[in-house]
Amino acid sequence: MTVESGGATTVVPQDPELIQLLTPEGERVENPDYPLGDVDLKGMYRDMVLVRRIDTEAIALQRQGELGLWASLLGQEAAQIGSGRALSPRDMAFPTYREHGVAWCRGLDPLKLLELFRGVSHGSWDPEEHKFHIYTIVIGDQTLHATGYAMGVQRDGTEDEAVIAYLGDGATSQGDVSEAFNFASVFNAPVVFFCQNNQWAISESNERQSRVPIFQRAAGFGFPGLRVDGNDVLACYAVTQKALKAAREGQGPSLIEAFTYRMGAHTTTDDPTRYRVASELETWKLKDPIERVRVYLARSGQADSSFFEQVDEEAAKLGAHVREACRLLPDPAPLSMFDHVYTGENAILDAERTQYAAYLDTFEEAAR
Amino acid sequence: MSQASTANKLTLSRALNEGLRRSLEADPKVLIMGEDVGKLGGVFRVTDGLQKDFGEHRVIDTPLAESGIVGTAIGLALRGYRPVCEIQFDGFVFPATDQIVSQLAKMHYRSRGKVTLPVVIRIPFGGGIGAVEHHSESPEVFFAHTGGLRVVACADAAEAFSMIQLAIASDDPVIFFEPKRRYWDKCEVDTAASLDSALPLHKARVVLPGDDVTLLCYGPLVRTCTEAAIAAREDGRSIEVIDLRSLSPLDFETITASVAQTGRCVVAHEAPVYTGLGAEIAARVTEECFYHLQAPVLRVGGFATPYPPSRLEDHYLPDLDRILDGVDRAFAY
Repeated sequence: MTVESGGATTVVPQDPELIQLLTPEGERVENPDYPLGDVDLKGMYRDMVLVRRIDTEAIALQRQGELGLWASLLGQEAAQIGSGRALSPRDMAFPTYREHGVAWCRGLDPLKLLELFRGVSHGSWDPEEHKFHIYTIVIGDQTLHATGYAMGVQRDGTEDEAVIAYLGDGATSQGDVSEAFNFASVFNAPVVFFCQNNQWAISESNERQSRVPIFQRAAGFGFPGLRVDGNDVLACYAVTQKALKAAREGQGPSLIEAFTYRMGAHTTTDDPTRYRVASELETWKLKDPIERVRVYLARSGQADSSFFEQVDEEAAKLGAHVREACRLLPDPAPLSMFDHVYTGENAILDAERTQYAAYLDTFEEAAR
Repeated sequence: MSQASTANKLTLSRALNEGLRRSLEADPKVLIMGEDVGKLGGVFRVTDGLQKDFGEHRVIDTPLAESGIVGTAIGLALRGYRPVCEIQFDGFVFPATDQIVSQLAKMHYRSRGKVTLPVVIRIPFGGGIGAVEHHSESPEVFFAHTGGLRVVACADAAEAFSMIQLAIASDDPVIFFEPKRRYWDKCEVDTAASLDSALPLHKARVVLPGDDVTLLCYGPLVRTCTEAAIAAREDGRSIEVIDLRSLSPLDFETITASVAQTGRCVVAHEAPVYTGLGAEIAARVTEECFYHLQAPVLRVGGFATPYPPSRLEDHYLPDLDRILDGVDRAFAY
């Protein structure tokens, strides 16, 4: 359902069949399909606060000219920390370019992400070391990589590994995503498609991407799809964990639609005031993924004020570190541009490198 | 060490089949995937019998989706496999262009060398079989223009047999063009020859030595150019025919060594002349052989039109006469 208001469109959740274990008011909801054992909710809270802090710093760094661009995860912390923590160490994750929270869960230094947005690398971490593929910027492409990787897991005959493919609501319009759904289904590949429906593909709302709720698309491809409260870290954790387990056990793919909200701009170049009303953000602020956990932890006596203060202090320290370290990231050496195009020698490229090196040298000679 | 020669006369299609079989036997990580490659053995029968012998897990009939084939091949390669994808016809590669150009070509570079993608994409290319549209194109230059890809074209059965194995053994992604109108041409192939003795994938080869003019070609036109060179002997003209084999990188060492001797250079390809490989070759040869050249580098090839209806393809494709006309023009300066 959409509400027209002053030329902008407001998205109102259509009474979604939403799996929820922690309400926006911070109350636990029991769901027999998702019994929660021991869950490190305090750790989840900490993670969410820390990645939000990284995000805040990164936006500021972009404004100061230290980053070329930043894609904010504000509002999607629960979807990312919940699903990221559901992964076993051996599971492989294929992110978009906004999965800073999942990266955190995979033990990746946030500076590696900043490198990419600063323009000093294209993302230079080792995907296998972190079980976290490099960021994919072309929308939806990574869903096929995840599916192929899962087909490889299947061929290896390992039973304790699954794959997760992250995607957004806009990506569901891409042909590659439909192809990934179909390949995963016909080959029964152990892959979970985790779609963060943050309601907006830059300026286009869900209605322009799909006439049916995203999770219902899975049925057409022949595998289960469900919708979870994407701002509920417990629900995202439990639902993802169950889907990954099913994948590992040979039950094939599934689609999780994490119903959430992009509280910030698409990226630092975007201006959401041109296409959505301020009241929409205010509505979603009441469903903030971090606040509800804080309320629950405090109310249930699992955490006291010293815990929250400690996390805030840690966030402040991390923020200061990120600020400082980002500014110190050096520009790469010019000739490194020629590295790693091929695995071995390439006469064309090698000649270009030599020629350009000689050209650069002429400046040094002139300076002498 | 010399091995017992087991030279057979094989078609190009069969030679590829034998090469693929060798690779599948040598490395359990090698996979074949594509449309109709399993039970049918491919529309040109290149993968005939391989699924029967290596199983459905290694020779995979995929859904009919080119981007899906290449995209999942990338994922399989990330997992340590070496997929060989078949794109059924040249004109059907374009749905996979994003995965090839934006992902396959760049991932080694983007990851600063931490990821390698040993994926081979086989594409039957070129015209001359009277096909309907989208079945006769020569899209090689799109891929040669993309850093991170290696692009090769085989010309005959013997070359196909070794080149497909070398491509599969390459840790770089390789776009492997097969001259579809030559699939049924036969030649001697030594299927017991060691791959170590094969000409490396990035090298061009002199097919026919000559003194007066260098004629560069690849894929289906190697045979046409060879026939042209033999015909030209009657006019007392000695043409050196070079099969480029590798279209990216081009082997300029071999090219310039020849042109420095002959002083003339003609490039022939089925792809449009306009901004084709011939243009790059002409520019480089001019730079590197300027004082040897008796004439400008000339090009013979397809026109700047879409591929025409097949009843016109004889006019579009460079044949023996048009190639010799190009050679004649090189002597008019």
